[in-house]
Amino acid sequence: MVYGILRLINFAHGDFFMAAAFVSYTILGALAVGKAHMPWFTVLWVGLLVMILTGLLAVLANRLIYHPMRRAALLSLMIAALGLSQVLENGVLNIPGWGSSFLTYPVTSPPNGFTLGQSHFSWFQLIIVIISGVLALGVYFLVSRTLLGKAMRAVAEDRIAAALMGINVDLVIAIVFFIGGALAGAAAVMTGVYYGQINYLMGWTVGLEAFTAAVLGGIGNIGGAMLGGVVLGIAQSVGTGWFGAEWAIVVTFVVLVLLLWLRPTGILGEHVARRM
Amino acid sequence: MTVLLEAENLSLHFGGVNALVDVSFTIQEHDLHAIIGPNGAGKTSLFNCLTGYYKPTGGAVRFRGEDITRLNAAAVATLGIRRTFQNIRVFPKMSVLENILAGAHLKASANLLSIVAGTPGFRRSERELHEYAMSRLEFVGLGEQAKKMAGDLPYGMRKRMELARVLIADPTLVLLDEPAAGVSSVEREELSRVISRIHENGICVVLIEHDVELVMELATDVMVLDNGRVIASGRPQEVRANPDVIRAYMGRSRT
Amino acid sequence: MSLPRTAERERTVLSAKTSKRILILALVVVAAFVPQITGDQYYLSVAYQAEMLICLAIGLNIVVGYAGLLDLGFAAFFAIGAYTTAMLSTIDNWPILATIVPGILVAVVCSVIIGLPTLRLRSDYLAIVTLGFGEIIQTIANNLGPTGGPTGIYGIPTLSIGSIVIQSAASYYYVFFILMVIFVFFSLRLRSSRIGRAWLCIREDEDAAQAMGIKIHRYKLYAYMGGAVMGSITGSLYAPALSAISPPSFGFSESLLILMAVAIGGMGSVWGAILGGGIVVILPEAFRQFSQARLLVFGFMLIVIMMTRPQGLFPEGGFRGTFSRLRRRTRDSSDLKSASANSHEVRLSTIETEEVS
Repeated sequence: MVYGILRLINFAHGDFFMAAAFVSYTILGALAVGKAHMPWFTVLWVGLLVMILTGLLAVLANRLIYHPMRRAALLSLMIAALGLSQVLENGVLNIPGWGSSFLTYPVTSPPNGFTLGQSHFSWFQLIIVIISGVLALGVYFLVSRTLLGKAMRAVAEDRIAAALMGINVDLVIAIVFFIGGALAGAAAVMTGVYYGQINYLMGWTVGLEAFTAAVLGGIGNIGGAMLGGVVLGIAQSVGTGWFGAEWAIVVTFVVLVLLLWLRPTGILGEHVARRM
Repeated sequence: MTVLLEAENLSLHFGGVNALVDVSFTIQEHDLHAIIGPNGAGKTSLFNCLTGYYKPTGGAVRFRGEDITRLNAAAVATLGIRRTFQNIRVFPKMSVLENILAGAHLKASANLLSIVAGTPGFRRSERELHEYAMSRLEFVGLGEQAKKMAGDLPYGMRKRMELARVLIADPTLVLLDEPAAGVSSVEREELSRVISRIHENGICVVLIEHDVELVMELATDVMVLDNGRVIASGRPQEVRANPDVIRAYMGRSRT
Repeated sequence: MSLPRTAERERTVLSAKTSKRILILALVVVAAFVPQITGDQYYLSVAYQAEMLICLAIGLNIVVGYAGLLDLGFAAFFAIGAYTTAMLSTIDNWPILATIVPGILVAVVCSVIIGLPTLRLRSDYLAIVTLGFGEIIQTIANNLGPTGGPTGIYGIPTLSIGSIVIQSAASYYYVFFILMVIFVFFSLRLRSSRIGRAWLCIREDEDAAQAMGIKIHRYKLYAYMGGAVMGSITGSLYAPALSAISPPSFGFSESLLILMAVAIGGMGSVWGAILGGGIVVILPEAFRQFSQARLLVFGFMLIVIMMTRPQGLFPEGGFRGTFSRLRRRTRDSSDLKSASANSHEVRLSTIETEEVS
């Protein structure tokens, strides 16, 4: 979403995800003291809280860095984003109690599940799919059916015209950052519970994959990004099955390069009318 | 007089807009051809089709009889066709002189070995190129500005710089997109003189213009576009008196 | 009125150029004597690492600074050179110097394979793809047998040129110094030729560049290849200098470091690359005690510099900019007044000029 509006690859986005994971780790860790079992609604509330906090973090980053730099060259913006990414990663590295090792998430998902044909799925996996689906649909409706969504699309297409129509461009951009951050926060909690471990570098790969998914689906196209995520996930599972887990990144990029080469506008494509 | 550039039934539509519909014309070797028409008529789109920036959806463009419709912009430039842009595209972070030298890209020495070794041959060709570039700058009256950053120059000077950049390539055909737009009346006089001299030097000129005075002064032929179609063409006096043309420019109910 | 003015201006320009040359020469002389001044191995190794990074930065400057191609995986070429040299010299006993050429060949081939389909992409896509290429190379180095896996390759023989054996930090200082000088020379030569001009044009405005007859895809590839060659040569000399190499030195952090050197120092300028390379290596060493927080400070620095001076400390036109600004101050101010009046006119007309006909 941020990319669609700002044409900025927010390299720090993956690190928003990572920061959210660590913050939720601390909160849940504090709440879990003395308890053997964490009620699911606690996790839910914490999740919502983390979503809001991450959204605010994203808005803050925009306010402090991207907004003042809005007229700068793309390269400079990207480097600033990379700088922010380094600040977040190394910040987490240096905060006592966090550091560089893999930390065990205080909440883990119950292993029980169900069987469908040859494969076994856990209930939690289903929950993840449902939550992700709900959030994705929510965003989709927001963008395509609401006035705010229309404003977002207007800003994405032509910022100046949107401003001339009375749209508060800065506010729209801030909202987009908030939503993007909130989604990252949700993903962080789910990831923490599912994988049971967090690490200061986790944002890096995820951010890359998220961007790859977005590109696969066609930049600026949210439905496409979701489709891209699915395609990428499948490709990765297949690829790592064949070659081994270390090659996951390679699979991601080979898929990306192939796709950009064959269909430069992504799976669902963006139509760019070229004006001179 | 040979036909230099020829368009046959050119059509262009994109995104629901019919930018050009069945445009045909011929341009002879020593013409100074003006293309006029209300805003949105398709004039710049036509230029873009002629110079390889847009691929027309129908029709053909021929240069000296060869079909150039499908060629890309760089290939068209290689044939000796040069253009300027409506919103002047200069290279802002390069000096004025370097901008002009960029125009001479095809003439400059491309031998990697001699570049790296700095052979006397290379030095000589660069020096000659620099001198020629300076002479073109002086021709348009910008000799003093050679070392300045192009981005720092005022509008009128940037327009002239674009002209010098076009000239250094010794083109056969130049397409000027609204050369007089936004310039003061003093500069307009100067511009008119420069374009006239370019034409006298044997270069075929095609220009898009809104400035009717300029067109009347300079053009040998005029073509009028409206809504993507050619609605009139011929000598300036004839076209000026054409009722369709008058209607296109003056009150006409807008849909 | 104009005649004496022009003469005065020419004289000023000439002395600017000459004083610049004298300054550079002085710096070169001083730099050449550094090993005599301090025999300390530590300082010297920091120094040649700085020189090495400068060499890499000069290479990346061609890709990013001249041609404007956002390359986030430049370390890949560094790795290719280093690993080719390491493998050929340890497995097959090639003399180091002989391994430089195969390294270049591999690097160039890779750059063409990656470059051909992707250089035509938009800069943001290109960024991600080059990033990916860097990751792929590192993953390959980390996971393949001949490349030594995670422990890398050790026991790389030292460089010997004829009968001279290069072993000490001081001698590597000189080796990289010479390499640096060669790269600067190449870079400047390319810059003042039609190739360099074509790159700048592509960077500034691709469409206008095409109107000059510049084949943009071909030239983009040349820039990418040029960077690959420089990265590879530097890598080939890095391997014997350290005598052992391993995958962690060739990842995104390294690519980012090189990019930072170019961005901080000044994009598009060889001198900026030198300054940036120096800063990026020497500053963290100066802050050794904050080793964990080093990158944190770096991140902040990066953000601050990009926000306040996005073109870098010493961008192209930097010298010229500084000198011309000094000159203008001593000139009469009426020049400035008319310039700003006209630039106001410029702003108005550029707003009106949205594609309309």
